[in-house]
Amino acid sequence: MKRLSFVLAILIGLSMLLASCQPAVTEAPVVTEPTTEAPAVTEAPVATEAPAEAPPEEFVREETLYMGGTQWGPPTGFNPWNLGNYAAGTFGLCYEPLFIYDPLADEFVPWLAESGEWTSDTVYQVKIRQGVTWSDGSPFTAADVKATFDIAKDAPVSISPVWKFLGSVEAVDDYTVNFTFTTALYQGWSYYLYSTPMISKAKWEGKPVEEVTSGLNPEPECTGPYIAESLDQTKVVWLKRDGWWATEALGLDPKPKRIVDIVNSGNNNVALGMVLQGQFDLNNNFLPGISKLVDGGYGVHTYYPEAPYHLSANTAWLLMNLTKKPMDDPAFRRAVAFAIDVSQIVNVVYGGMVLPANPTGLLPNWDKYIDQAVVDEVGFSYDPEEAKVILAAAGYKDTDGDGFVEAPDGSKIDLKINNPNGWTDWMESNKVIANSLKAVGIKAEPNFPDYPEYVSQRNDGTYDMMISNDAQIANTPWRYYLWMGRNPVADVATMQDGNYGRYENQEVFDLTDQLDQVPTDDIEGMKTIISKLQRIYLTDMPLIPLWYNGMWSQTSDAYWTNWPSSEEGAPHWTPVSWRGYWNMTAIRMLTDLEPAGE
Amino acid sequence: MKRYFGRKLLVYILTFFIAVTIDWMIPRFMPGNPVDVLMARAGSFAGATELMHDYYTKVFGLDVPLWQQYINFWGALLHGDLGISVYVFPKPVAEVIMDAVPFDIFLLVPSILLSWFAGNWFGAFAARSKRLDNTILPLGYILTATPYMWLAMLLAWTLGIVFEVFPIAGGYSFSLTPTFSWVFISSLFKHWFLPFISLFLVGFGGWAIGMRNMIIYELEADYSHYLEALGAPRKLVRKYAFNNAVLPQLTGLALQLGVIVAGALVTEVVFSYPGIGYLILQAINTRDYFLLQGCFLFIILGVLLANFVIDIAYVLVDPRTRAGMQGESA
Repeated sequence: MKRLSFVLAILIGLSMLLASCQPAVTEAPVVTEPTTEAPAVTEAPVATEAPAEAPPEEFVREETLYMGGTQWGPPTGFNPWNLGNYAAGTFGLCYEPLFIYDPLADEFVPWLAESGEWTSDTVYQVKIRQGVTWSDGSPFTAADVKATFDIAKDAPVSISPVWKFLGSVEAVDDYTVNFTFTTALYQGWSYYLYSTPMISKAKWEGKPVEEVTSGLNPEPECTGPYIAESLDQTKVVWLKRDGWWATEALGLDPKPKRIVDIVNSGNNNVALGMVLQGQFDLNNNFLPGISKLVDGGYGVHTYYPEAPYHLSANTAWLLMNLTKKPMDDPAFRRAVAFAIDVSQIVNVVYGGMVLPANPTGLLPNWDKYIDQAVVDEVGFSYDPEEAKVILAAAGYKDTDGDGFVEAPDGSKIDLKINNPNGWTDWMESNKVIANSLKAVGIKAEPNFPDYPEYVSQRNDGTYDMMISNDAQIANTPWRYYLWMGRNPVADVATMQDGNYGRYENQEVFDLTDQLDQVPTDDIEGMKTIISKLQRIYLTDMPLIPLWYNGMWSQTSDAYWTNWPSSEEGAPHWTPVSWRGYWNMTAIRMLTDLEPAGE
Repeated sequence: MKRYFGRKLLVYILTFFIAVTIDWMIPRFMPGNPVDVLMARAGSFAGATELMHDYYTKVFGLDVPLWQQYINFWGALLHGDLGISVYVFPKPVAEVIMDAVPFDIFLLVPSILLSWFAGNWFGAFAARSKRLDNTILPLGYILTATPYMWLAMLLAWTLGIVFEVFPIAGGYSFSLTPTFSWVFISSLFKHWFLPFISLFLVGFGGWAIGMRNMIIYELEADYSHYLEALGAPRKLVRKYAFNNAVLPQLTGLALQLGVIVAGALVTEVVFSYPGIGYLILQAINTRDYFLLQGCFLFIILGVLLANFVIDIAYVLVDPRTRAGMQGESA
């Protein structure tokens, strides 16, 4: 017995040793773990701004905005070029674009730029706003704008493709920049105007390529209203800075002193619980059954007080692999389009939280580009009888009597519909689609590979059908058509920019390129081309638009009020903190907030 | 003695080599690859992925043939370089793991040790009393048989949301900056309690049942009956029974401590606790070869170390092992 306790003592001692030696490597135990990365962040920017003020032990709840729904892993750093991985808020709260785009009003709002115009067919001139300063006090000038684009010439970053049609960037004077294009791709360029984070020349010039593409950038320089205070495993903390240009120039003043973005837990129940407890002021996770929360007196609000509750963010498609039989047959694809009961997905799976897609798939903010005459003529709607008629007419018959049709050449049809495992709303929708297809005699089963496998099947073209939502809301429908029909088809695996169905139609490719060259203010010119595209897509049906995923947004009035809402008098901004939404007016949501106490 | 440990050591080194090789292979033979995932997450500007795909394939060293990747992997590993994580790109894997490990140790060491002590003590105690055996032990069965996920969520729901006694997510309050202060430490403990108690309860049930069964088995063994027949006091018989019964439990304990760095995946998911278990899940979901390799490397080391400790422990605790060694050297 004595010996036993001795051994136990060794074991415990060992485990304690293990426990204590691990933190020793990271400097100190749990307590200081985040400080190993925090100090660099907290000291530098703050020191230059305010008198070096250590972050308080506990944030004052009334002065802090808690949000979540963007960050899917521990935040790493503030490198704006590290798309998809930079800490939530990096582009938007800290780095800012030249313009912001308002998808609800469909207009560009000058931001760091004061104005911008095409001075000739191939020259775009931007006038920079005067009085904008970086967080270290130095002025933001035309040289910074030039540096931003020049960096992307050497380092392969998100905006690098601009150099395929951009010839040069020239700082005419401190506040004027000329962009000279080799080919003026007006539509493509318009997207860069609000999606490019402006960085500081002094800070980034001369950095090695790997530092630009993969650096952490722990001390970001900001023109925006907030500076990075700290980050740790579970959150990013932004601190309001003095001297944000828009306070003087536009009278905008964000009220929260701190913004804390909380990392998603990978378990939506936690997010739901935190919304119920009022820990979140703004949550952008998909929370099923939101209607119960909105109507249940929990103090939770959404953009629309009733269905569909959320604005639309992207189009969910059924992609079909056109290199495989029978998906290579337009008649078969058209039959599939008529067979799917989208209203069941919308009402049963989502409980009315999403809208059914227009047959063209264009998001509601692109309504004006929909050619209703074309849709009426060649569009589709849920009609299983029609689907059966189309199938029969194209020679799909049940020859072996198993209840499912065979292809005209007699081969069996047995399809798999992919969507990533764990995406529960899509999984349920997938089941509805499979059942819809079975109801018209097409054998199809839902298939749930994990996300990387889903992506690799998509890139390699080994899937049959899949649910996908590649085309996000943007200023121009050209981006939507680019995702649908991107050329060349051969390189889809490494390109990953769309056309996963491998749709080959030179006319479509040409029209898409033509559309790119139409000036953004030439709405009629755009409509003419888009109408042609719509006719081809609705006739050929290379993919089937199903429903619009929402800008999931749950807000609480407990500490902050005046959230964006469809109601009259309320601000109409995009109510989401996702990457790429701050520059679509979410920043205005912030500046319109009011403390609940007042 | 020397030969015994020498041979053991050789086996450990060989095991380490094979285990690490398998660890390297597994993620690479799963469908999908990290660059695709990274690109899919980043994708935004038309034509950007085209440019970035090749670049990042090179950055992660995935542009060379597999055999060369394998050699490069060992080369880097021997230099202590575990690579760059894809999931939390561009952080080095070692840093990512070191950030998470303290939370695991803080959570798992107390819950495993305390449940082991309490479980064994209670199991042995229950085996002695028929009434206890019939009333409280079924509770142990219920606790172990309960799906852990369900138990954890039930705890989170009742104590977290209904009664609001404990927070339901995070390692410490989201409103705190880590400092060495009373407020922060108490927040750490508050957030630690629910995951801890859920692990403790489940572990407790398991150990108690195991111990109770072992004691009953040992009490029925020939040597116990023989001792009893010799007229030994009941207490002595029980002591011998306990000493024998505790051996398998000890092995179990050491093994559990060995995989401690693997974290407690489900616990960490349910309570959003920032440990290694959750990292492993995410590493798989993003095909993060490097992070997965790193996590498993720690587990391999932990298991080997634990086994080594058991080897030593058995020499001390179990006279039979010692006798065997003496026979060998004789």
